[in-house]
Amino acid sequence: MASSKSSTDEFIKGLWKENPVFVQVLGMCPVLAVSNTAMNALAMGLATAFVLVMSNIVVSSLRTFIPKQVRIATYILIIATFVTVVDYVIQAVSLELYKALGAFISLIVVNCLILGRAEAFASKNTVARSTMDGLGMGIGFAFALFCLGAVREILGNGSLFGVALFHDSFQKWVVMILPSGGFFTLAAWLLLFNWLKQRKAKKEATATLALRKEVA
Amino acid sequence: MADDSLWTIFINASLVNNFVLAYFLGICPFLGVSSKLETASRMGGAVTFVMLVSSICAFGIQALLVAIDAPYLKLIAFIAVIASTVQLVEMFIKKVSPALFRSLGIFLPLITTNCAILGLALFQTNKGYSFVQCIVYALGAGAGFTLALVLMAGLREKLELAEVPDVTKGTAMALMIAGLLSVTFMGFGGLGG
Repeated sequence: MASSKSSTDEFIKGLWKENPVFVQVLGMCPVLAVSNTAMNALAMGLATAFVLVMSNIVVSSLRTFIPKQVRIATYILIIATFVTVVDYVIQAVSLELYKALGAFISLIVVNCLILGRAEAFASKNTVARSTMDGLGMGIGFAFALFCLGAVREILGNGSLFGVALFHDSFQKWVVMILPSGGFFTLAAWLLLFNWLKQRKAKKEATATLALRKEVA
Repeated sequence: MADDSLWTIFINASLVNNFVLAYFLGICPFLGVSSKLETASRMGGAVTFVMLVSSICAFGIQALLVAIDAPYLKLIAFIAVIASTVQLVEMFIKKVSPALFRSLGIFLPLITTNCAILGLALFQTNKGYSFVQCIVYALGAGAGFTLALVLMAGLREKLELAEVPDVTKGTAMALMIAGLLSVTFMGFGGLGG
């Protein structure tokens, strides 16, 4: 099944149909923890996407050399190496961002999404396809984080990327910035996705029903 | 931070800054294993144990890495130690209680990628805790994790009998409950500091 798809398909599936956050519900910890502002969310998303692409490339290019028994440990070491790189780069580029994200940069290591893609995709596919898969999944992840962060920042702080959007009289929803706001926002997004999925399923069901009637 | 009393550290890690509900660490098992009360409490026990062992190991590693001046190896060393600890615990549980081993299923190896454990190791290093403080911190974090998991499982067991709209079934509902629990836990703010 997978081999018949072009690499563009691998790229696109991560963006929407198999979106890591909204559909697969993977890698929840950073999603909830650092999505209190749009900027933090985007930075975290891009950092994760970078690690995902790099680890997918390395894992898929080494896939014939890694013995089956120690593959998980090897993947984790590969991922940890790239996370250390990202950690030091962010620290060098923007100390402010580094402080805002805190330990969560290091925690990219244990993001189930990255290990999941390494095990489920990169270990079985060519380098080019794994790169596309990593790019798609990574951008899908960053996009989802941004959706979450934007909603939380707009409602909780009345701003987007630090630019105030409302008049001073806007009453801030402080709860959205707090941890519980993360749970609520993600729940709301999932509700939206479930609703869209159900509506699509219903439409298809009625369409096939109508087709059957026509045939009859 | 490093001169906090032990009691403060315990309350802080278990209630005020609960790992699951305030730091969002260990969400995957929190959502995955929290549908049955019994499994939830056992999972909590296993995680607490791994936390304790890896916290002690992390303290040793940190001292060693500072001594040989190689702090950039921290992450890699921590994750390797945690992975082997989990493997050890897995073998131990399989030997002692096969029933528990079966009921935990896939989630036992997944403790490796439980961010709560790596998070604990990183936080205690950042805060510069002493050896005893580290142990108390790990126990507190484990207790907090177990508490959150058990509370969640209790709520979800009741919820199975309730009628909810189709769209909210599954993860969305679990997340909303978690949000409410998180609001509740904010009430502990100010306790212990």
